[in-house]
Formats: sequence, C-alpha cells, structure tokens
Amino acid sequence: MEFLQSMLNSLPGVLGQGLIWGLMAMGVYITYRILDVADLTVDGTLGFGGAVCVLLTLNGVNVWLATLFAMLAGMLAGLVTGLFHTKCGIPAILAGILTQLALYSINLRVMGWGTTAGTQATLAISVDKYDLILSSRYVRDFGEHFWQNPIIIMIPMTALVVAVLWWYFKTEHGSALRATGANRSMARAQGINTSAATVVGLMLSNGMVGLAGGLLAQYQGSSSVDMGRGAIVIGLAAVIIGEVLLRGHGKLLAGIIGCTVGSIIYYLVLQIVLRLGLGTNDLKLFTALIVALFLAIPYWKGKAASARRHSAAGQKSKEDNHARA
Amino acid sequence: MLELNNISKTFNPGTVNAKTALSGLSLTLNDGDFVTVIGGNGAGKSTMLNAIAGVFEIDGGSISIDGEDITRKSEHKRASMIGRVFQDPMMGTAPTMTIEENLALAARRGRRRTLAWGVRRSERASFRDSLARLGLGLEDRMTTRAGLLSGGQRQALTLLMASLVKPKLLLLDEHTAALDPGTAAKVLELSDEIVGEGRLTTLMVTHNMRDAIEHGNRLIMMNEGEIVLDISGEEKKRLTVDSLLARFSRAAGEDMLCDRVLIGA
Repeated sequence: MEFLQSMLNSLPGVLGQGLIWGLMAMGVYITYRILDVADLTVDGTLGFGGAVCVLLTLNGVNVWLATLFAMLAGMLAGLVTGLFHTKCGIPAILAGILTQLALYSINLRVMGWGTTAGTQATLAISVDKYDLILSSRYVRDFGEHFWQNPIIIMIPMTALVVAVLWWYFKTEHGSALRATGANRSMARAQGINTSAATVVGLMLSNGMVGLAGGLLAQYQGSSSVDMGRGAIVIGLAAVIIGEVLLRGHGKLLAGIIGCTVGSIIYYLVLQIVLRLGLGTNDLKLFTALIVALFLAIPYWKGKAASARRHSAAGQKSKEDNHARA
Repeated sequence: MLELNNISKTFNPGTVNAKTALSGLSLTLNDGDFVTVIGGNGAGKSTMLNAIAGVFEIDGGSISIDGEDITRKSEHKRASMIGRVFQDPMMGTAPTMTIEENLALAARRGRRRTLAWGVRRSERASFRDSLARLGLGLEDRMTTRAGLLSGGQRQALTLLMASLVKPKLLLLDEHTAALDPGTAAKVLELSDEIVGEGRLTTLMVTHNMRDAIEHGNRLIMMNEGEIVLDISGEEKKRLTVDSLLARFSRAAGEDMLCDRVLIGA
C-alpha cells in the first residue's frame, strides 16, 4: 500500500520528465530511425541547449526567446557534426563523438560566461526570480498554479511539435530526407542530394535535443555540464519502447508519438526500480541493460523464426520422403 | 546524344587489388537508340553504367549528354537527365515509404524540393493510371509500403519511377537478373513498352544473350573494359545466339569465352 502511495506521488514527476525527454527522444528518432545514422552528438547537445537557455535568461533575454536559442544552438551542433561527416568524410558515429567532446569544453565556457574563472560546471536559475516556462516546483500543483504546471504546459507543446514534425516529413523536403535514410542510392538516383539531406536531418535532430535541454534546465532549475551524459541511451530506450508499444516500426506518426509514450514509460519503470531499492548511481547500468535487451529481442525473435522455418521445412521434406517410400 | 570519350576507371589503384574496369572506352549513342550490353563477368558493363550515372568519378576521359559535359557533375545532379533501374530490386525504391510516396519522389526528379506536400491529391489520379498500365494491381495498393512488394513488383515500380519524368537516358543494369523467368519476361516486356512509348534512349545490360538479341536496335559486347562488338540495324536483326557467340570468340579470343556468357546463352 505504502509502495503504491509513493508511486502515485511520483507520477506527476514521471510525466513531467517523460514529456520533456520525449522531445529529446524525437530528436534521436530523426537520426536513428528516419535518417539511419547513429548520432552521438546529442549527449553534448542537451547540455548545450541547457547552458545557452539558462545563460541567456540570466542575462535578461525573454525566456521563450532563450528556449528558441537553445534549439538554434542544438541545430548549430548538428550542423558541425553534419559537416564533419559529409565534408570531411568522417564516419557519422565518430563525427558525433567529436562534436560531443568539443561541446563539453564549450558548455563549460558558456556557463562560465562573464565569470572571472571563465568556466563553470553548473549554472542555476531560480523560478522565483525568473519567469520560466516550466519548473518542477509546480509539477504536483493542479490547483492554484494549474497553468504553470509543467505537465499542462508540455502536453500542448508536445502536440505542436508532433504536428510540425509529421507535417515536415510529409512535405517534398521531408520526403527526400526519409528517402535518404531508407535507401541512399535510390535517393541519389532520384536526384536527392543525400549529403545535404543528412546535414539537415542532423540539424533537425539536434535542434530538438537542444530544445529539450533548454526546457529540462528550466524544469530542474539549473543546467550542468553532465546533464546530457547517457542521453543518447535514454533517447534510444524511449524510441524502442515506444515502437514496441505502438507497433510503430516504420510508421511515421506512430513512431514520433511513440517517443513520448516510450519516454514516459521509461521514467515510470525507473521510478519503480528506484522505489524497489536500486541506487541512483546504478541507474545508468540499469538503463544500458534495458536498451541492450530491447535491441536484442528483435534479433532473437528473427533467429527463432528462421529456426522454426528451418525445422518446419526439414519436417516437411522428411514427410515427403516417407510418402515416396 | 550520349557520348563517352575515352573513359577509364581503375578501382583500388596502386594496391594488389587494383582492377582496371574501364580502359579507354568510347561510345556514342544516337537519339532513341535502345542498346543492349552483354559481356562476361567483370567486363565492365555495370561499371560503364555507374560511370555514366556518376556513382564514382572516372580517372580519365569525358562524358557528355546532348552536348553538355557532365564528367564532373555529381550523381544527384545527373539524375535530372538519367533514369535508372538496378539489378537488386531492393535498390530502386524506399522500402519504408508507400508506393505513392515513392512515385512522388520520382515525379520531382530534377526539380527543387519545397515544403509543399510530398504527395499532392492531384497527382494521385495520374499515379493510379500509370500503375494500372503495369497490370500488377498496384493501383489499388498505393498506400502499401514498397518494402512489402515482391521483387518483380518493385522492379516494375522502379521502371515506372525511372520514366515518370522523361529521362534523356535510361540505364537498365541487369534489372531482370534477380527475378524468376516468368517475372523477368514480364518486366522486360514492360521495359520494351516504356522505352518504345517515350522513344527513350536506353542502355540495357543483360547477361542473357537471347534477350540482348531480341530487344533494342543495337547490341554492344564488352570485354575487359572495352567494347569488342557493336552491331546495329539490319545486321542486328539477323543475329542468332550461335552467330553472336562465334563473333564474340573471334573478337575476344577463344579463351575469353567465359562461363557466364555460355550460361546466359
């Protein structure tokens, strides 16, 4: 009973985090599923978006504008990875790792802007002093601060982002991007500049992650240089869980919505295992194992299916031999 | 129309795996030529087509279409003039996209892609008509993903996509080789129809000598990256598999008659 009670108490937090990370997972979905590129930039991009958003807000920029800049910062990171990959011939996965590493230093610099040391690992922002879009403080408040509740704010925002992404990927431009991910040689044969499409996809993806970083920093009241560590794995977990639950593999709208669904489920499972006594320091191990498991299941399923086909065929030929005899 | 001027290509140059795939090959196609290309394994047939399409840059020589030098043009820019169907049925379509989305991609070949809808309502009717002409029932499955189609259906769809925007040049690279004989015959028939209707200048690589003889108005045979036979007009119409084999062994030397050619016969 007590367990249920405490789970119920943590549900709003699960929803709040899940919705924000859902946007991040959509970014991962764009590269991992639509573009068929494994992009590791995002671990750095999340912190970059957070750092830019908090720094600008602290310096008096309107918080919505600051969040927009977090998205643009993310797109810039995606552009760099894209150019490393397409103009310098660096494999995509390595290009992402390079940008991610560079962003670590850059994030320290961004957060240390104007300080005497010049670098800083965290940057706090208080919802009391600044008019933030959302804050975890109100996540359980469905009364007085109903319209400031992050869940209430994130739901329409998520719906808007889903609609915009769906629309974009249905346009000529977005279709070219999907074709690039589905079959690069076909795309080129149909006159699509696959290098340009890859760069645009990486920018879009990292833009989403930057946006999520900006919102996450506001939600938790600070940005930190470590906030994106392992983000790619959480994003992947959300994408894969969402696909399994919505049977959305290869389907655009179900895939995008699945990111949010998967992200919420991910944080729900995380809460359960935390309540069951898993230490917070062991979370990353737990996440890695979960993702490995979910990635392995389709592979095992495929092997089992082909083994069944083999044995069925073997059985049949045996029967045929019997019949002939 | 198409002019290949002394083109050459060596893969992995300077290594033990160096392979000269094209050595000083020249070829001129006239408007409306339907040329079948035969030759043994490694003769350079596919390499020639890929060189024309711009899959890689050639080491020497020049390529031009309608007098425009395209030697340095990127693959996706050449696509505005060239339609292609590949040997592997997987290669011609986007498996996660629907039939109509694939067609819509092809309908925008050579045009700027904008933020307008990827498939317009007004296009659907014409896509439906084009699909109906294939006679495969695909017109009733326009929202089916291409990945769910059979190999033959995909090749037919790819053929349609290659010709939807009339190309100056159509490249068919052993596009029936991966199909069962019945389906291969059907796809070849469709190719003939589409080439004939559009009077498309076409290069068709095949490993089947009979197909090479029965289709097109001109036949070239390749060996070791060069063209060793070029037969057209009345002379081509009189060709038989036997006479072609005889001429090939004379042109290439008896020992060059590799098993691939014989199997194809």
